[in-house]
Amino acid sequence: MNYQFEFGWLFEYYPQIVKGIGITIQLIAVGAVAGISLGIVCAWVRALGPAWLRPVVATYVELIRNTPFLIQLFFIFFGLPSLGVQLSELQAANLAMIVNLGAYSSEIIRAGIQATPRGQFEAGASLAMTPFETFRHVVLIPSLERIWPALSSQVVIVMLGSAVVSQIAAEDLTFAANFIQSRTFRAFEAYMISTAVYLLLAILLRQMLGMVGWLIFPRRSAR
Amino acid sequence: MIEFTIWDILRNLLLATRWTIALSLVSFIGGGLVGLVLLFSRISRRKWLRALAKYYIELFQGTPLLMQLFIAFFGFGLFGIDVPAWLAAVLALILWSAAFLGEIWRGCVEAIAKGQWEASASLGMGRLQQMRYVILPQAMRIAVPPTVGFSVQVIKGTALTSIIGFVELSKAGTVVTNATFQPFTVYGLVALIYFALCWPLSKSSQILERKLNVAHRNH
Repeated sequence: MNYQFEFGWLFEYYPQIVKGIGITIQLIAVGAVAGISLGIVCAWVRALGPAWLRPVVATYVELIRNTPFLIQLFFIFFGLPSLGVQLSELQAANLAMIVNLGAYSSEIIRAGIQATPRGQFEAGASLAMTPFETFRHVVLIPSLERIWPALSSQVVIVMLGSAVVSQIAAEDLTFAANFIQSRTFRAFEAYMISTAVYLLLAILLRQMLGMVGWLIFPRRSAR
Repeated sequence: MIEFTIWDILRNLLLATRWTIALSLVSFIGGGLVGLVLLFSRISRRKWLRALAKYYIELFQGTPLLMQLFIAFFGFGLFGIDVPAWLAAVLALILWSAAFLGEIWRGCVEAIAKGQWEASASLGMGRLQQMRYVILPQAMRIAVPPTVGFSVQVIKGTALTSIIGFVELSKAGTVVTNATFQPFTVYGLVALIYFALCWPLSKSSQILERKLNVAHRNH
């Protein structure tokens, strides 16, 4: 074993790394906001929505949850152009993350809705609220509060999964690592550094989601 | 130009599916064995062992599987150890799934009421006997549904090994696409094959979970 570790040269490539981190953060920010929103809509449909729409959403959720993210990404980026939908690398990556997180989060949120006591729905109805109003004003926030830890974990998992988008040449952190590796042949250092950055991002993201939960659900934290 | 029928495409993909299945099985079994070691370390009385297992799990759950694969594949090569793609794939997948299985099982062991530990201790059982005769038989029942559920994650995880050049279902999808110029059909079929592998497992995990809950309600 005569391999010499050298990290000094990495500074030369810091613009790539910073850009990669930026894109990874952008991916997860868009993915989390749009994906959870999509998840809320899907969860509403599956738990309370119109009967004809339920099997459609159920099929979407099951299809996404039982196929690899990589294949979803390839299908969106390489496959959709045959239908006339041409997306840039970054658009395809964003769409794949939204679609993926949408399916997973809808399952988690649905569990939260189903754990809501029936009395809550009845109380809403007795105040002359429509089922949709009851959902929006009475059921949704406590449901989200209940499953926030599980939802946070899923967001972190999707963030780590985003490493794969480098495969369609979206220039995220992994792409930067591959770029450096191909220029310098210093694979070990390049991947160790980017792995460490991912670990840091995962820890920070978890902390941030905890804070967000603390901010949107003041009721529980006050208790 | 050669015309490819759907059957040609499907046959080639199915041939590669064998490797996805083999890799999944090896990773799941190997991951389970290492996961057991992690489980016992996690609930051990030695503080340093608990901490070590905790850091291991945090490291492998907090970094992308793709990076772990890259380090296993490119990293060792630099030390003069030539790692073939399949070995790197197996190694990384085993270490990765062990982190998750170990943590799932720890949750199951900790779900067993404290009184069970105390009761078995009062019978003069040693730590290993307690585990063997009292805790594990009960924990295993709870552990079955999430473990089956995790096997789906392992199957999906094997898709990433295509990136370091292991030829399984995903890689075959890319290769066949390049030959046929039909990405929509090919990746659609690849997705359906993965679905056919994963969905029965997801479904049985759900059914098992429901059965277990019913059993609990009857107590």
